[in-house]
This record gives sequence, structure tokens and C-alpha cells, in this order.
Amino acid sequence: MKKRKSFNKNSRIATVLLTLVLSGLLSCNHEKIDFNAQVRPILNKNCISCHGGVKQSGGFGLVFRENALKETKSGKFGIVPGSPEASEMMRRINHKDPEMRMPLEKEPLSENEVAILTKWIEQGAEWEEHWSYLKPADPEVPNTGSEWPANKIDHFVEQKLKEHKLTPSPIADKFDLARRVALDLTGLPLAQDRLQQFVGDNSGNAYEDLVDNLLNDPGFGEHWASMWLDLARYADSQGYVPDNYRSVWKYRDWVIRAFNQDMPFDQFTIEQLAGDLLPDPSIDQLIATAFHRNTMSTNEGGTNNEEYRISAVVDRVNTTWEVWQGTTMSCVQCHSHPYDPIRHHEFYTSFAFFNNTTDWDGPVEYPLLKELHGEDSSKVEEIVQWITAQSNATEANKWKKFMLLNEPSLRAEDFSDMKKVENYNRSTQDFLRVFDGSSFALPNIQTKEIDRVYLHYKLRGKAKGRIILSLDSMQQDIIGQANLLPTNGFQVLPIPVNVDHEANQIWFAVQSSNEHFRCDIESISIGEKLPSPPDEEYQQVYASIDQVLNAPGKNATPVMVEKNEAHSRETHVFVRGNWMVHGEQVAPAIPGLFDPDQEMDLDNRLDMARWLVSQRNPLTARVIVNRFWAKIFGKGLVVTVEDFGTLGDLPTHPQLLDWLAIRFSTAWQWSVRKLLKTIVMSATYRQSSVVSEENKQLDPYNQWLSRSPRVRLSAEQIRDQALAVSGLLSRKMYGKSVMPYQPDGVWNLEYSVDSWKTSPGEDAFRRGVYTYFRRSSPYPSFITFDASERDACLSRRIKTNTPLQALVTLNDPVYMQAARHLAGEVLHAADDDQSKVTWAYQKVMGKQPDAEKVKILLNMLERARKHYSEYTEEAYHLAKTENMDLAVFTVMANALMNMDEFLVKN
Amino acid sequence: MDLFNEARVRQLQLTTRRHFLKKCSVGLGSIALSSLMGPQKLLGMDGLDQGGQPPLPHFLPKAKRVIYMHMAGAPSQLEMFDYKPELQKLHDLDCPPSLLEGKKFAFIQGTPKMLGPQHQFGQYGQSGQHVSDLLPNFTQAVDEVTFIKSMHTDEFNHAPAQLFLQTGNPRVGRPSMGAWVTYGLGSENENLPGYMVLVSGGKNPSAGKNAWGNGFLPSEYQGVQCRNSGDPILYISNPDSMSRNMRKISLETINAINRRQYEEFGDNEISSRIAQYEMAFKMQMSVPDAMDITKEPEYIKEMYGAEPGKASFANNCLLARRLVEKGVRYVQLYDWGWDMHGTDKSTSLNEGLKEKCTQIDKPMTALVLDLKQRGLLDDTLVIWGGEFGRTPMRENRGGVVMPYYGRDHHTEAFTIWMAGAGVKQGFSLGETDEIGYYGTKDRVHVHDLQATVLHLLGIDHEKFTYNFQGRDFRLTDVHGHVVNDILA
Repeated sequence: MKKRKSFNKNSRIATVLLTLVLSGLLSCNHEKIDFNAQVRPILNKNCISCHGGVKQSGGFGLVFRENALKETKSGKFGIVPGSPEASEMMRRINHKDPEMRMPLEKEPLSENEVAILTKWIEQGAEWEEHWSYLKPADPEVPNTGSEWPANKIDHFVEQKLKEHKLTPSPIADKFDLARRVALDLTGLPLAQDRLQQFVGDNSGNAYEDLVDNLLNDPGFGEHWASMWLDLARYADSQGYVPDNYRSVWKYRDWVIRAFNQDMPFDQFTIEQLAGDLLPDPSIDQLIATAFHRNTMSTNEGGTNNEEYRISAVVDRVNTTWEVWQGTTMSCVQCHSHPYDPIRHHEFYTSFAFFNNTTDWDGPVEYPLLKELHGEDSSKVEEIVQWITAQSNATEANKWKKFMLLNEPSLRAEDFSDMKKVENYNRSTQDFLRVFDGSSFALPNIQTKEIDRVYLHYKLRGKAKGRIILSLDSMQQDIIGQANLLPTNGFQVLPIPVNVDHEANQIWFAVQSSNEHFRCDIESISIGEKLPSPPDEEYQQVYASIDQVLNAPGKNATPVMVEKNEAHSRETHVFVRGNWMVHGEQVAPAIPGLFDPDQEMDLDNRLDMARWLVSQRNPLTARVIVNRFWAKIFGKGLVVTVEDFGTLGDLPTHPQLLDWLAIRFSTAWQWSVRKLLKTIVMSATYRQSSVVSEENKQLDPYNQWLSRSPRVRLSAEQIRDQALAVSGLLSRKMYGKSVMPYQPDGVWNLEYSVDSWKTSPGEDAFRRGVYTYFRRSSPYPSFITFDASERDACLSRRIKTNTPLQALVTLNDPVYMQAARHLAGEVLHAADDDQSKVTWAYQKVMGKQPDAEKVKILLNMLERARKHYSEYTEEAYHLAKTENMDLAVFTVMANALMNMDEFLVKN
Repeated sequence: MDLFNEARVRQLQLTTRRHFLKKCSVGLGSIALSSLMGPQKLLGMDGLDQGGQPPLPHFLPKAKRVIYMHMAGAPSQLEMFDYKPELQKLHDLDCPPSLLEGKKFAFIQGTPKMLGPQHQFGQYGQSGQHVSDLLPNFTQAVDEVTFIKSMHTDEFNHAPAQLFLQTGNPRVGRPSMGAWVTYGLGSENENLPGYMVLVSGGKNPSAGKNAWGNGFLPSEYQGVQCRNSGDPILYISNPDSMSRNMRKISLETINAINRRQYEEFGDNEISSRIAQYEMAFKMQMSVPDAMDITKEPEYIKEMYGAEPGKASFANNCLLARRLVEKGVRYVQLYDWGWDMHGTDKSTSLNEGLKEKCTQIDKPMTALVLDLKQRGLLDDTLVIWGGEFGRTPMRENRGGVVMPYYGRDHHTEAFTIWMAGAGVKQGFSLGETDEIGYYGTKDRVHVHDLQATVLHLLGIDHEKFTYNFQGRDFRLTDVHGHVVNDILA
């Protein structure tokens, strides 16, 4: 892949600008044609759907240069560098016969387009990498000479506004701004006391103080976690049938804490993708790896576990590339990318990074990181202390993880020489069944260091047996043995072994005198020698370890564990994406497009994660900065936040994007807080959202940021806000997901034992991020407001506008509860109607209503009272008291929480 | 133009430009529009860019709307429609290894026995179609329908197979057929959702709500599930004891404030909000009205076997007719409980299947005949079937003889039937071998069925695409052929 053209970055940017400004005019004969800015858009629009990376009609494809230059099926050459006349492509584009002319059955290319292509071929038909894969040059901050900018962002924005003959909007109303920035940073409206403090503060720092305060609010992490959990496809259930509970909320809490601690984004990346591979990882770093354990799994009878394991790994590849690189890899699973220069086998070199973890689609989602309680927990701490004293903390931590995880484990796929066994590899049964006379071997083991072999097994029935372990050959050099006694479900059986020499494998032989003997072996793990002489204490500690391994844990979280090198999996290309048809074997590598020099040796997930956030990767910072920008402004600088490839949109403000990306990944040291602070401190952000006539005409979609966008709030925000303004919201953080009220019958799933039980007390009124998320039946009010279904990574929630949404905020009992609660407060807060109305509106919107709205609301009170004085029963039913006004104000509060202005950021 | 219509038109313009020009620059462009937000005729006519795609419908449609009855769990074709006397002769003999080699089954292990048909068959109608005695009423409707006896699929587990049938892909994430259709054609009734889902049998299908999901299409195209108890659509009713008059007062207040907000901010989205609330108010009337089967005359209820207040397939069939009558584009029925493995009485071919057939026999027959007598069958497509078929072998879960007669999941052959708009009457396509194991003539793949349904609606399945993450997606992926032989 040595096609990268050496060129001067500034001149490229200048060319982009020039062509944007002079679009359509190609007068300068000596100007070098810019492939990305001029040629690629023509090819993508007109040619690539037939002459791309997959479909190459006539043997001619335009994604890779070498394809474009090669002989086509007709024997002609589509492109002959330096010679447009000899290039069949130009001949066909210019053909007079419409049946021969390209693009077929479409309008011919414009004169200008033809001129660009001709000149480009004349100049050698060089390809250039797509803008997003090129290393950004630090852009010069434009100086427009105006007073408007509050920080650097505004210089870039103002320049674009000028180019489009636009002027910035005035600064937003103070109250609107306070509500906006609070919703943007914490997802919640501003608390009344903070609002008063801000409004009363006339110093120059008032806004910045408010921003700092919000950035440090615990709600900050809860709000941004919602965004990240869409990408992580986090849910509290397994996905496919029967979609049972999955305890993975500790990962959700990890994300919230990471945001609240402003964990640098590079660390945030590495811990989630490869925390387990860090040297001496902490428990938290293991929890972080649940990021990729959020893939869906199945327990439907008859499904193949390997098929679904592979489907999870595929999802991990796709998710990683989408989240960090804004790249859709899913196309490449079956064939080379139709538009971007990524080749089919490169999907599998990526796949190889993720194909080596011990998890699979078994009946239980091992590996699970247990949380121990009581005596078991103190036992672990005692052992840890003892090992630390004998050796060091790192060694102790290694043992702690072994006790909580029992990993890495080896399963039938790692065994060899299996005789008289049945290997079950199906949804609800995944084990090796052994009988009297069964045997198998565990190859590639460093036997010298072994002290224990742990057998995770279950006896079927009561017939007992015996297992004998030996080195070198079957039942020669016996190193240990154990009775296989009846069990209560699966359990871990420690088999002490006595090894006196190095061998390469351990043999297992099973015996029983009872013909009904059946034993199911789920996995085997290896206990190494403790760092101490094998004295009595040693034996005691080992006995404790054996006990802990069988201790019932709670809240066991699925995490990633890498298979040992000796037992690592081979990765093959799947021919046309079919997992049953293996092609060539591949090793882990990054697609050439992203890492043309391949200077770093990337062997495992940790290497890959480090590469993602290394200075060698210009894409990550751009993609991530754009994600945060999109959440704040409702639209990214690159609108297609999920696609930075050639079919994605071009950035509206390329220099601003690069400026932010460079700051974020260098000077700001990947601090999300610094990034967000810079964004919300800009004058661009602080503009009013009033749409002027000028805006409407010249910037109808607000792509030049001539005003602040009015963005409808997210599903979680809408509910959280209603609870917050009514005083019902619980700010309790963390823990198991909760179940707010939901009508009966929403959960009605086949073969499932889980049920929805409304959480008691304040737990029914927690923030949306804590709501139990069952994939096959998510909380309905969230889905109606376009929340992600958490099946797969979702970069953008597409906002829709349907009557069903109105029905939620009007009728969902939680909104009526909020209204009734607020109404109760209104009655006590003020005396006359006018003050009550004003007070209620202020409570909901954080500002005073204008006179017109007060009039509308007073009119409503009058009509409501009139109605209720006729139908007193109705009022009584609604308010559950004799006080008719409580009903009146409940209806009013419900109306306030359905105002357009309440549902959007102004 | 009154405010409501003005707002709606604005909404449509905005929605189209914003979503469809941005989102599907290579997709449908303006013709596809919100199923909920207004009739299709407003668009596709106003000359907006259509992204170079041919407008919808691509050609004159035969069907305007669809009722799809999905028997979740997969009914046995061998006990209902695919008559195999030869299989009876092989009953209780060991299955020959040739049928087992290289095959995967969900539960069959070792060597199963062959299992003869468990019910008697007769020939009915002028067309002489085979129907078993499990469906005595349906024999009256056979001259209206086309059977396809050579259906086959790629998936042999319920959830993936249901997704495959409904979305064209065995994993979650793709839009369902109903979502595609309402996305493409919109709704004919702006006061009802364009795509409605009715579930009976006590449980949702294995694939859960993904079976009627919108996939990557905007969420307004997801099927709206009607509920068997409580609100027919979630939150359609006002809160307990809030009268319609009071709701009207409150909505008028909301919209008055929103109009005031519009004066101040000038954002067209506020007009959409006003329209949204107006429509919600109308839906609150029209949905309960449409869903109220007590309004049907006695003889109609009797015809379907419908009993108001009960959750049943019969009620859902009657509701389906009411909904299509009111212009709902796509009505999807799921009936759970067809997975006859023979593990107990309720999943046996002799008892469980008989009971399930009794539940559907009268209503599905009534649906076809009632649509016909109303002239609706001419442009309504009715489809009945499961997600795969059942084996001619008796299931032997765990390699042992099971207490009742049951059959395992089978991908190679199953039967569906279709009736109405554009489909031949009294016709049968495809044949299976003498034991019903494998389709031997005119095999129809799930993607072919999808292509055919779209074709009947005037849509070329190869041209009907949506661009998502850089790729043009189709319901039929890169497969599917229209089954021309069943077209009238």
C-alpha cells in the first residue's frame, strides 16, 4: 500500500478551500487536481456503484488504483496514467452514443467534471487517501478581526459564517442558556438554587463557574454514560432467546465513574478493549472489559455455540471499528469494501485480535468475575495478604483474579486424543461427557509449575467414578487422581498433582465400575505453585483457595480473558463470510489503509487498543471529538458520525475538527472535560436558538452554526427532566438496574423466567440510565422516543416525531405522577392564580413565562374549573382529594410538561 | 389551509428533506415518508429529489395492504396440507442414514424413526386441494388460496428463522417486512399507525419485538403492537378519570403555548409538534374505535368465533379485517404455540396440534371469506405460514423415545398459503418428495417469498433499498426471485 502521495498539507487545504469557493470554475490550467476534493466526489457519485470494490463491471473498479489501471475484460485499459486519450474510461464517458456512454442510462457528466477527470489522468491519475486517514496538520486559527469570538472555536465558525454571508445570532437569554448547558452537561435541568446563584452573579465568571460546577456534578457521568452505552450496546439481558438477565451493571457504573473522574480517553479506550491484558490489572480494569461482553448470546435449544461465539466476535470487530474509527467493517466480512480501500482478508486480521478470548456462547456466560461476600471475601483478603508477604502485590493480585475468575480455563476445543467421549457443543449443553474408559489429553502445558488441576464438572446421576492424571503417557507417571462423586450442579474439583519433571501434556483417564457412570466436564484450569515452600501453611492456603473457587459469588460480571498463547485460536478468512468455510490463515493486523507503514508490531488486543489512541492514528481523535460535538449540537461536524469513510459526509468545518482533535489528543491529554468545556464556553454554543429570517434563507439546516440548534431531548432526558422538575427524581447512584412502573403484559416472552416487578421506593424514580434494559422488550417509553435497542453499536439515534410520543408524555403514569406531585407543590407555593401559574412555569422551564403564556394558562385554569365544577367526581378521581384545585393544577402541570419548549433545548 | 394541515405539510417537507435527503442520499429520497405522519399522496408528487431512484410504486400494484398470519413455532405441514401417504407406509421404521448425513437438527440425535401423518386428509373445493381433518372449516376457503408446498429456509432455530422470514436476515438489526412496506408506501389512514401487530397464543414469538422492528429505518416504521388487555396501544387512553373534554382543554392549551413559542423562535419543528399533538388526539379516538370488536354484528363475530374481551387469534383476525378496512397498510399477526416436539401432551401432534388448529381454523377461514364478501380481498394480500417446517422423522430428543408424537425443526420443506390481491385462486405450487422431506419441484426460498410480496405491492425488491452505514440494504439482501407462477 505505498500509494500515499507526498504533498504539502497546507497546499491541500488551500486547494480544498479554493475548490469550494470556486466550485465549478476550473480555469487554472496548471493547478494540480486534488483527488479527494475534486475527483473522488465525481467517482463516488457516478461510477462506484458499478465499478467499486466488490462489483467491478467489465473488470474495472475504482476503489484501488491497481484495479483501475489493470487490463479490463474487454482487453482495454480503463485508465492510462498520463493519457486520457488512451483511457477507455474517458472514451466511454465522452461517447456520443447514449447506449455506450457512461454512466449508463444516466445524465452525462458535466463539462466541468469531464475536464477534471481528463486533467487528473493527464497528471498521472494519482490516488490520494481519503481526508480522514491523513494526519492532520495543526490548522492556523483564522482571524476574522471581530469581537464576537469567545474562544478559538468561534474563529473557525465565524470564518465559515462569513463565507456564507451569515452573521452569528445574539447571545441566548440567560435562563435559556442555563437550562441548555445543564441539560447538555448533566442531562438534567439546573437545580433552582444553582439557577438563582447563576442569575444573581453578574461577574464575568458567572457562566464559567456554572460550567465548572456542572462538569463536576455527579450527573455528568450519568448523562454521558447514556451516550457511551449506546455505543457499547449495553443491556441487562443476553439478547437472543430466552433473553435472560445478564448481570453487567458494574460495567455501566464503571463508565459513569470514568466520566466523573475525567478518565483520559486513551486510558478509557485501553481499559475497555484490553484491561485484562494490562500488566497487573485491577478488578476495575477487568470490569471495564465487559465493554465487549455486551454482545448478544443465545440459549435457544439446538443453536450451535461456536456459531454464536463467532457472531459475537464479528460484532466486537464491527463495534470497535465503528466506535473508534467511524468505519463500517461489516461489508468486509463477506467481500472487499465496496467503497473504501479495505480488503476482505483484512476483516479477519482484525478478527484475529478478538478471536482469542476464553468466552463462548455457552449456557453460562463464563468468564465471570465473582463478587464474594462475608467470610469468603475476607478469606480472599487473607490469602492476598499472605501471598504479598511471601512474594509481592503483583503475585497476590494474580492469585486474587484466579480465585474470582477461575481462568484461563481450557475446554474441549483445547483437548487432544479424545477417546470414548461425547462432545456437546449446543445451546444449553456445552461440555465433554466422559464414561468409564474415556480419556483425553491436555497438550501444550508447562507441567513443571503446576500444583493443582481444577476440574469443573458435574456428575449425571449417582454412579461414581475416578479420574487419573498422568504425564508422558496414559496412566504412566501418575501425578494425581481424584474420585468423581455426585455433585449438586457443576462444581470445581481441586486435584493436587505432584510433578517431578517437565512434560508437554497431561493425560486424563476416567474409570468407573458402574456402567451408568456419566460425567460432564465443562472446563479445566491449572493452579500454579504458590510462592512459598510447600509447608503446612502452604497447604492451608491452597485449601482456602480451593474453597473460594467453589464459593457462590454474586453479581458476577462477564469479562474478557485471553487464552494462553499455547492454546490460542487460529484465525482463518471465512470465505464469503461463511464461518463454516475456512480460507487462508491470518495473523492479527490493522488494515493497510489505517496503518500503511505497519511499523508497530501489533499482536494482541492491547497492542491494538494502544495503536488506536497512539499519535500514529489520526482518525480516533477526529471521530471521538465529533461524537461529543454531535451530542452538544445535535449534529456532528461530520454529520455521519458513524462513517468517516468515502461515503460519509465531508466535515462542514474541517479545520475546526482537526484543531479540536489535535488539542484533545495532545495538549488536553484526552480530557473529555476539557473538550466539553471548550465547546460550551464558545460564543458559538452560547448563541440564541431563535431562527431569524436570514438563518432560514441562508442556513436552513444550521450547518454553518448561525444559531444554536433546538434539539429534542433524548428519551432518558425527557423522563429525567419530568421527574426532576416535579421533585420526584431520586439521585441515588449506581447498582443493579431498576424497574420503574410499566404496564402489565409488556414482558411476555417465550421460555423466560424473568419478570418485571416495579422497584420499591425511590428506585422507581431513578435516572433513566439505571432503568433495566431488556433487549427483546425494552422500557417502552424510551423506545418510543428513539432510544437505541442495544442490539448493536449505535452511533446516532435518528429522531422521529410521532403521535405515540405525545401519548407517552401525556398518559404514561409516571408523567401523571410527576404532574400531581408538582401540582401539590404549586398549591402551597403561591396564593393567587397568576402567581401559581408563574411559579409552576418557572419550576418547569427555569424562567418566567411571558405574559401571553400566562394568559393562556390562566384561561386553562378557568376552563378546567368550570369543567370540574360540573364533574366533581372526575376531579376527585384524578386528585384523590376533595380539593378540586389539585386536579386543576395536575392537568396544568401535565400540559406544561408537554410543551414543545419543555421537550427541546432552546 | 387550516393550521393543522399547514403544520402537517411543513412537517412532511421537513421530515423528507431532513431524514431522507440526508440519510438516504442513495436511497428512496422523498417518496418514502412517515407511516404515521400523513398520507403518501402528499409526497412523491411535489417534485423533490428522489436520489435517482425510481419512484414507488415501481409498477402498478395488485395489493394495497397485507395481512400476515405467522404461526410462531412452525406448524407441521405433514399434518395439515402436505399429504404424504408414502410416509405412512414407512411409519416406525428407522430413518435411512442418507437423510441424516451432513444434516443438522435442533433435537434429533442418533437414528430417529419415520413418523407417518397423524391425521386424515381429504380433497376439497373445485381445485381438489388436500387439507387434513384438523381444518374442517378451511376446506371452504381452499378455492380462494394458493398453497406453496415447497417453501424452504436457511435457519432451523425459531428466533433466527423468524427474523429471517420477517427481516431477511437471521440476526437482529434489519427492518421487518412491514417496516419496509410502510416506509415505502406510507399509510392510508393518518389516524392509525401504518403497521400494526397483533399477538395471540399467550406469548410473543421467540424473536421478540425485533420481528416487527424498524432495524435501521427511523423508529416510526416499527410495528405498533396492539395489546390484548388494557390499552389497545400503550398509553392511548387518557389517565384514569381524565375525560376527553379535559384532555381537549389541556391539548388546546399545549398547542396555544406552542404557537406562542413558534412566534418567538420561528422553528418549523414547533409546527410539527403541534401536528403531532393534534394527531395523538385523533388517534385516541380512532384506535379504540378500530379495536372495538363489540361494534361488529353478531353473525360476523360468530363467523370468526370472536369473543370480545378475550385474547384470541379469532379476535385478532377480526381486528385485522377492521384495520385493513380503515387503511392500515400492514397487519402482522403472530400466534404462539405451534412448536410440536412431542415432549408433552400440549406439544404433541395428536393433541396439541389439534387444539391449535381448532383455534385458527374458523377465524382464518372467516378472514378470507369476509374480506371477499366485502370486496377487500381484491387488493388485500393474506399470507399464512410458519418460520420453517417439521421433519418426517419422529423427534427423539436426547436419543430416546419420547412420550408423545412430535416432529423436529426442518428447513427443507414447509407449506404456506396466500390469498387475495394478485394471487392465483385454488392453486398449489411446488412439490416435495414422497415423504415430504425435500422440495423437488418449484422450490421457493424465504427471499423469494419476500420478493413476491413486495412485487404484489408494486415494489421491485432489487430497487427498493435503504442506505445505511455506506451500504444499500434490501429486504431480500442480494437474493430473491419473484415467484411468477403464483401470480394471477
